[in-house]
Amino acid sequence: MTYKIYIPIDSTSLSLGANEVYEEIKREASKREVDLTIIRNGSRGLFWLEPLVEVETSNGRVAFGPVTVGDVKNLFDQEFYIGKDGDLCLGLTDELHWLKNQERLTFARVGITDPVNINDYEKYDGFKGLKNALKLDSQSIVKTMTDSGLRGRGGAAFPTGIKWQTVLDTPSDTKYIVCNADEGDSGTFSDRMIMENDPFVLIEGMIIAGIAVGAEYGYIYLRSEYPDAQKVLNKAIETAKNKGFLGSNILGSKYNFNLEVTKAAGAYICGEETSLLESLEGKRGMVRYKPPLPAIEGLYGQPTVVNNVITLATVPIILDKGSEFYANYGMGRSKGTLPIQLAGNLKQTGLIEKAFGISLRELLYDFGGGSFSGKPIKAVQVGGPLGAFLPEQQFDTPLDYEKFSELNAVVGHGGIVAFDDTTDMSKMARYSFEFCAIESCGKCTPCRIGSTRGMEVIDKIKAGIDQNKNEKLLRDLGDTMVNGSLCAMGGMTPSPVISALNFFPRDFGLEKRET
Amino acid sequence: MELSENQKIMINKHVEAFLDKPGALLPLMHAIQDDLGFVPEDSYPIISKAYNLSVAEIHGFVTFYHHFRTHPSGKNILQICRAESCQAMGSEDIESYCKEKLGIDYHQTTKDDAITLEPVYCLGNCACSPAVMINDKVVGRVTTDKIDSIIKAHK
Repeated sequence: MTYKIYIPIDSTSLSLGANEVYEEIKREASKREVDLTIIRNGSRGLFWLEPLVEVETSNGRVAFGPVTVGDVKNLFDQEFYIGKDGDLCLGLTDELHWLKNQERLTFARVGITDPVNINDYEKYDGFKGLKNALKLDSQSIVKTMTDSGLRGRGGAAFPTGIKWQTVLDTPSDTKYIVCNADEGDSGTFSDRMIMENDPFVLIEGMIIAGIAVGAEYGYIYLRSEYPDAQKVLNKAIETAKNKGFLGSNILGSKYNFNLEVTKAAGAYICGEETSLLESLEGKRGMVRYKPPLPAIEGLYGQPTVVNNVITLATVPIILDKGSEFYANYGMGRSKGTLPIQLAGNLKQTGLIEKAFGISLRELLYDFGGGSFSGKPIKAVQVGGPLGAFLPEQQFDTPLDYEKFSELNAVVGHGGIVAFDDTTDMSKMARYSFEFCAIESCGKCTPCRIGSTRGMEVIDKIKAGIDQNKNEKLLRDLGDTMVNGSLCAMGGMTPSPVISALNFFPRDFGLEKRET
Repeated sequence: MELSENQKIMINKHVEAFLDKPGALLPLMHAIQDDLGFVPEDSYPIISKAYNLSVAEIHGFVTFYHHFRTHPSGKNILQICRAESCQAMGSEDIESYCKEKLGIDYHQTTKDDAITLEPVYCLGNCACSPAVMINDKVVGRVTTDKIDSIIKAHK
């Protein structure tokens, strides 16, 4: 008989040697004449256990990990392929604490299916949302989105339904759906995981968006740092075309939709929606003035939906299960679930999809298992390089857009990076300015010049030069950037800087004061 | 550096292929760089003529994006992630180790032309920091030992 085993093909799993493990298992199986059917699935997102090998049994999948090439012989000796308990056995995958305590809606299939197998996708509820959407008129689809309470998961948290409504209400023969897959925020990888591990859900979301607003063409603007995602997406688009999900008269309906992947070229600012559009048009990625909003004048001046990968990948389940189902998760005005990414100095890192409302402390300690180094966690940065640093006393804050906003922090794209107590926060603050200087598009002065001046002022404070005067200057500079920048790059760079200054003045060589 | 005949043929082929494509510059520059290893400045006049853009506009475009290079790289490109998550896991030590071991700084190439060293700001591998990328392959939980074997394998 043949034994079915799963070895992930996600790029983080590959970065830890999943391909080498796959080759070794194949070699060993043929040597021992064990008949294996090996499926390359996505990753479950328990990255500290990768490469995580799973074996199908009558009770469900049994997990083994982290598996190295050197473990393979022993695994075979212990007959892991029948799901037998052994050295690296973690038990049933679905019973693992990390997975069992999640609410996986957007990530429902991730790690379970073979990413580019469209039959797998359909078997696990794929295209149900699209089929429902095809029975509705445009306005009803948009209303479903509005009622679901879904807000843009790229970071800005703008209500998706309202954006779609604007595009629907703007008359034009040509409209576009643009997926922002320029996931440049450090500490985030949920877009990458969706694209590599469940590409059809993104494609389905974009088709539904097209039907909803009257757009027939879509672009996925993908960062150049994700070559694996590009391959998977292109393969999935090809398959979807062949199966009639893309192209003319989708599934026999009156709707047409086509889609292509555009590879970006390594500019962080192109994650800002208007620079992204400039870049797609073949120009320098310079930020545009708003208004006009892209929903009214976007790509080539046409009404355009610009949504993040996770936002679009969440559309199918909302259309499948209804707006109420989705809105029942979460708290306050933060409805639904958020794919949270644990990164940096933590024992257990990876992807957790939870309803809004979970606290940082639960994430860092219950899921994350505390710091990797074993030292106390000094601070976390939430929401990428433009997000504030939160100190230990703020770890009880629930993940909620408004609660974070009260602390001058952001949930952003849901990335959490932990730092232990060896971290010099003034260095992190200086790095924020440095990053801004490197990545600024250069259009507005506060961002272009302020970032470099900011580094200099921090250097002066640390060197003990006119500390009071320079601290005041630093805060003033922050204020100018917040209020005078065109986009979030310059407007939010002061956020990590000022939070580091407020909570860790000693790292800057300043006396400890009440904050 | 004058374009070779072969380079001219390749550039012209790509220039023609994207003529009718909206937003052609991005895929065009990728195609040229994928084939030639860089975007030669001497290609600007050809592109300028075909796309009715000024040479200045093309120069502005190419130099805006970190990914595009106007000079050849070494045989392999090693990118070290400098972003926050990797910093939290000791990427600075990896950076200085690579620089010392290779005897070069960022944006430089080793004398034997084997490796070009570049910084990168996030590879999306933050759950397994520190991370580097050698050509198209990401390596996670990088140690100095892993750097040694990467360098050895890409001589």
